[in-house]
Amino acid sequence: MKVRVIVERRKTPVSTPYINEFEVDVDETANVISVLMEIRKNPITVTGEKVAPVSFECSCLEEVCGACTMNINGKARQACSALVKHLGNKIYLAPLRKFPVIRDLIVDRKKIFEGLRRVKAWIPIDGTHGLGPGPKVSEKTQRLGYKISRCMSCGVCMEACPQVNDRSNFIGPAVIAQVLLFNLHPTGAMIKEDRYEALMDEGGITECGNAQNCVKACPKQVPLTYSIAKLNRDTLIYSIKRLLDS
Amino acid sequence: MAKGCEVIVVGGGLAGLMATIVACENNLKVKLFTLLPAKRSHSVCAQGGINASVNTKGEGDSPEIHFYETIYGGDFLANQPPVKAMCENAPNIVFLLDRMGVMFNRTPEGFLDFRRFGGTRFHRTAFAGATTGQQILYALDEQVRRFESSGLVKKFTGWEFLRAVIDDEGVCRGIVAGNLHTQEIEFFKADTVIIATGGCGMIFGKSTNSVICTGSAQSILYKQGVKYANGEFIQVHPTAIAGRDKLRLISESVRGEGGRIWTYKDGKPWYFLEEKYPKYGNLVPRDIASREIFNVCVNMGLGIDGKNQVYLDVTHIDRETLEYKLGGVLEIYQKFMGEDPYTKPMKVFPAVHYTMGGLWVDYKQMTNIPGLFAAGECEYQYHGANRLGANSLLSCIHGGMVVGKTVAEYINGLAKSCEDISDNIFNLEKQNVMAEFEHYKTLNGKENPYMLHQELGEIMTENVTVIRYNDKLLKTIDKIKELKERFKNIDILDNSNSGNQTLFFVNQLKNMLDLALVITKGALLRNESRGSHYKPEYPYRDDENFLKTTIATYNKNNDEPDISYEPVDISLIKPVPRKYD
Repeated sequence: MKVRVIVERRKTPVSTPYINEFEVDVDETANVISVLMEIRKNPITVTGEKVAPVSFECSCLEEVCGACTMNINGKARQACSALVKHLGNKIYLAPLRKFPVIRDLIVDRKKIFEGLRRVKAWIPIDGTHGLGPGPKVSEKTQRLGYKISRCMSCGVCMEACPQVNDRSNFIGPAVIAQVLLFNLHPTGAMIKEDRYEALMDEGGITECGNAQNCVKACPKQVPLTYSIAKLNRDTLIYSIKRLLDS
Repeated sequence: MAKGCEVIVVGGGLAGLMATIVACENNLKVKLFTLLPAKRSHSVCAQGGINASVNTKGEGDSPEIHFYETIYGGDFLANQPPVKAMCENAPNIVFLLDRMGVMFNRTPEGFLDFRRFGGTRFHRTAFAGATTGQQILYALDEQVRRFESSGLVKKFTGWEFLRAVIDDEGVCRGIVAGNLHTQEIEFFKADTVIIATGGCGMIFGKSTNSVICTGSAQSILYKQGVKYANGEFIQVHPTAIAGRDKLRLISESVRGEGGRIWTYKDGKPWYFLEEKYPKYGNLVPRDIASREIFNVCVNMGLGIDGKNQVYLDVTHIDRETLEYKLGGVLEIYQKFMGEDPYTKPMKVFPAVHYTMGGLWVDYKQMTNIPGLFAAGECEYQYHGANRLGANSLLSCIHGGMVVGKTVAEYINGLAKSCEDISDNIFNLEKQNVMAEFEHYKTLNGKENPYMLHQELGEIMTENVTVIRYNDKLLKTIDKIKELKERFKNIDILDNSNSGNQTLFFVNQLKNMLDLALVITKGALLRNESRGSHYKPEYPYRDDENFLKTTIATYNKNNDEPDISYEPVDISLIKPVPRKYD
């Protein structure tokens, strides 16, 4: 089947966006990545102009690495799991809007990783030497933790969130959920106060406007709004205790 | 002790991250080079689990048995002492990951749960749903972020390794790397360089590997004089799903949890693995399962709907169990095939999956170039002629641990730091790389590099995977040489100076072509069948002539690999015939 692909492109991080339109012939199992791969093999637009292949990031192509996230027909999602047969005859591709563009569909999502650093999203282990098994964790805790730990830092929740914008430095739903993950773990909980402090800081949890777009947009069904609600409570309790203790 | 630039790690998968962590624990400073943020490395794709003989099911499993089965599963081609060390370290590794907060599945009592995998009859595989690699990768990434926070790690994300810098004494002193976005090419000094760049599945065009697994770094190093071992041993995984862009893995854990392989024969379901291998059934090692599926489809013409595919069936298992233990992988099937694996059997076929061969290293993970180390899938050490399922995550982490310690010892023994080496050799290598890239930019011939890659992948998949014939291997070598010629007539397609992916791809393609030659020539010269390497003309293992490690060294004069052989260390377990029926 023939599909029209309209790509919003940019040559450098600071140059003006422009549009290229391609027509690609693919079978019905094709995803958006295959379409972009076809374009690379024959980078000619519908007007017959030979152009540079479209730059896009991808890696696993199984929707577990998060690399190929972009706007597809106006919705932020992974290009690998976007099957052409569900997208209609015209496919509009654009980079994520909430992150700086590097080239074409490639964006720089380092602010997600900076967020993870701010909230100390790790377990403070003593070292890698043998210290025997870890603390016991109940199956119930594991089931919740596993759901959150499937977050691939793709940025879809931030793209969907109205509070992530030029005027705010909101840390975003994904990072907040990770705080819950690390607080769930018995060893991780030993530094939970540090994480609360980080979440109560500028750009933290109070920036959430409860639009609830994030949880609907998340490709991995990470319990984002549940995590935010839980941490709203936890940080409130923590701040009252902190006040009483001071 | 030399004090200066310390450690460079290339690669952000499990091996690279573990090496980084252990180096930091030894108070070394690490520069970590990755193509993508480490969280997006290919380790993320590992699904089923990680082996460790913890014996929590009271089955009498032990690291000794794990060691024996790994050697046996690898058809006795692996040097035995490092494999023994890995299996002994395995319980410690799984406990460590548990301490790091990996959300492993639990028993009702709160202990780690273990599942079955191929090539063993014990429950030996710890798992986190069906996304174990992702979970472990994230845990290590978090620990590295912790060291980044304390200033020991500096990340170079979006940089590709382009050359090792080797001084006049033959010692590795750093690297040249290129920034994929700004296209800046720069040198970086180090006292040790650890390569942890994964497998080379992209040489086969479509595989279960991520698109970043080109083997480009290994190929560059091979051309710089590093020995490449057992290149011909490429694992073909029995169960993957077809796609235009890649072949997606359906984990062995699906069979570990009771999934069954079948097709129709005489109008009735035929469970051919269970019939032929009653002891191991659907959990025979991967090379055997792949050959059987290949035989049923290609030779017997019994594939489902007349196509090259058989059923992988979990419909007899209850939904709750499937969701908890296999949700992640069944979701992949559902999303990409648009069919419900809970109620309809999945359609699968073998696909290139793992690179057993790789950079030659000694038992402490050092290559034949002092100062240059390797760990993880990019080296050859732990799997012999066939890797057992769930041993890859283990070997990556174990190798990373070993190399992290080794580099600390190595740096301690260094007479001079890389700071003492003149900039000249670094600049020289940088100029070489820049000249090469400038040359690529001038290419405006007729060949599309992506089409050339497709041709390479097609012929490699056709002739150098499950079944190998010498005449076809010879033809493949001719074809690779033809592609190398046509490469000179490439159209670079993009001459911009920002985020130009074709430029870097062309370089990767060149390296893939050279490594393809290593793989194919190694396969041609090994006239026997062993593990993943199967020749109908030589159907048996030939220990007398081929119980040997293949070594490829680059010959500048004819631009081809010279193949030689090294003895295998079989000091601990005497080779016996490998059987699973």
